Amino acid sequence: MTFLTGWGRTAPSPATLAAPRTTAELAALVAAAPPRGLIARGLGRSYGDAAQNAGGLVVDVAGMEARWSLDPETGVVTASAGMSLHDLMLALVPLGWFVPVTPGTRHVTVGGAVAADVHGKNHHVDSSFGAHLRSLTLLTADGTGHLLRPGDDLFWATVGGMGLTGLVTEASFACVPVETSRMSVDVERTRDLDQTLERMTATDDRHRYTVAWIDLLARGPRMGRSVLTRGDHARREELPRGADPLAFAPAARLSAPPWAPGGLLNGLTVRAFNQAWYAKSRERRVIQDIAPFFHPLDFVDGWNRVYGSRGFVQYQFVVPFGEEATLRRVVSRLSAEGVVSFLTVLKRFGAGTPGMLSFPLPGWTLALDIPVGRAGLAGLLREFDEWVAEAGGRVYLAKDARMRAELLPVMYPRLPEWRKIRESADPGEVFRSDLARRLSL
Amino acid sequence: MKNALGSVDSVLLLGGRSEIGLAVVERLVRDGARRVVLAARGDAAAIGVRLKDLGAEVLVLDFDAERPETHERVVAAAAEFAGDLDVVVAAFGVLGDQAAYEADPVSAARSMAVNLGGHVSAGLFAARRLREQGHGTLVVLSSVAGVRVRRVNFVYGAAKAGLDGFAQGLGDALHGSGARVMVVRPGFVIGRMTAGMRPAPMATTPEAVADAVAGGLRAGAETVWVPGRLRAVFTVMRALPRAVWRRVPR
Repeated sequence: MTFLTGWGRTAPSPATLAAPRTTAELAALVAAAPPRGLIARGLGRSYGDAAQNAGGLVVDVAGMEARWSLDPETGVVTASAGMSLHDLMLALVPLGWFVPVTPGTRHVTVGGAVAADVHGKNHHVDSSFGAHLRSLTLLTADGTGHLLRPGDDLFWATVGGMGLTGLVTEASFACVPVETSRMSVDVERTRDLDQTLERMTATDDRHRYTVAWIDLLARGPRMGRSVLTRGDHARREELPRGADPLAFAPAARLSAPPWAPGGLLNGLTVRAFNQAWYAKSRERRVIQDIAPFFHPLDFVDGWNRVYGSRGFVQYQFVVPFGEEATLRRVVSRLSAEGVVSFLTVLKRFGAGTPGMLSFPLPGWTLALDIPVGRAGLAGLLREFDEWVAEAGGRVYLAKDARMRAELLPVMYPRLPEWRKIRESADPGEVFRSDLARRLSL
Repeated sequence: MKNALGSVDSVLLLGGRSEIGLAVVERLVRDGARRVVLAARGDAAAIGVRLKDLGAEVLVLDFDAERPETHERVVAAAAEFAGDLDVVVAAFGVLGDQAAYEADPVSAARSMAVNLGGHVSAGLFAARRLREQGHGTLVVLSSVAGVRVRRVNFVYGAAKAGLDGFAQGLGDALHGSGARVMVVRPGFVIGRMTAGMRPAPMATTPEAVADAVAGGLRAGAETVWVPGRLRAVFTVMRALPRAVWRRVPR
């Protein structure tokens, strides 16, 4: 038995860990699934308990043999599910292609990107990962492989389905042509939340990639002040002469210390960081590499350890456009309570996918990291859950580690439909996770 | 299961009429637990009403501590209703009267069968289930009466001493399985069980025990004393000479 946690390092649970190399070995594991079932685990970047299975089997797919191919005419890539977006970027960027969607880390597997229907800074233009999929190969509970296309119900139960419909073994998706491996980035600071929302609404569609970082500890008239970062893939003529336009070699990673004292990230240190970040973000237009633009935290290996042994929760929700009052209510409550969130990120979502349990919907999404241990945190987040559900919004399952089951059908109204499809694909509940049990999925 | 912030979803209370047990369950329901099984002797349907009002789904099961052969079925029925059992609270017990036990040794042996024997079978069956789940906590209501047995209540105290040792050993047996045992050692608890008795120093209440249990569950504690300073007090008590200890009045 191995104790596993998600990226937030909370609520460890023991499972038998298997590391198959081939699809045949994978099928054999499904055929011999133990009573507590099994779940796939990629690079463990879900924050909560999505890739844990207490008392059961967890299948580590990140070490499976990597296969990928590119159709240079269409840019469609077919990749084995255990490959990471990092691996794919190393292969594809020098050929002039970029993944259609990348979350805040490139250390996620293709299978994980499908299961969480991940989104990135281009959601307002390009939607989430599922929107770019051409097909999926899914190994279902009966041990057989199925080639699924966007017309199939099981396809949209799998996209965003948190690994509970089966094991994705391969995915085909359309990539984006790029002239260079750099980003043309502009930075703007806003003075408060109203201006943040207003500027994002006014300028979002001028850029493919946009995000706002909010200084959550600023109060009073400065509440909600932000640094907006907007970028596009740089064109060849924007680079200095002589530069290799498609070079992609992300800097070697630093490693976080193996142990950090709990409480290292407290009100004082986080406030200092937030103030410094805001102050250093001069308004400017620069050329930046892909890695620092999309994945600033990837430079520090195991940055999640900095939160100390008790770990942290990431709370991410979305509320539809028109429900800005709810967003404002949450931000002012967090600001008033002085909740310490190291990185708070606001983003405008565009259209969602037909994924039945997919998170994104057109509206505002806010993500915060909060160290565990603060008194009253459970109650505060529960209150937010209720506000969010009432506003027609939802909480992101790939981040969640603490929500209660009862609000789930309100937040995800297509849950009954998903359950029906899942039940016919996996009547014996072979695919199970701690998340599934906790939320009665 | 226990989530990132320490709340649980499901609770089985063995000893569904126990005042302390119910206070613990109520506290867990207020903190977010939604499925509750009350295992009690006889018709106990009425006791779940308050928990239902707090939003929990409640199942009441028949449970007789003196019939160990039925305990496996009780745990299985609870799991069938609640799914994984996040917390099992073993709270059943009888206090009795020391003089009466000395006058009627058969009744003393019967109290042992409840206070110790019943916990052995119910605890082992519950632990088996928690081990299979790979998570969950068995909360065992021990007592300071068992930390060092006193002349004035040694029948009850001996059962609690046995129970305390059993629970510690069971906790060690579960080590590494993801399941755990939390031993709770309250002092004198003012309530129905002790009605008519004069409270001992550092007396506590069922609600205080419930708070301590909830805090212990969140922190993953192995032992919880209520009130907490009894831990230090008993470090001294254990060292008292027998000649002094046998005269401790209550």
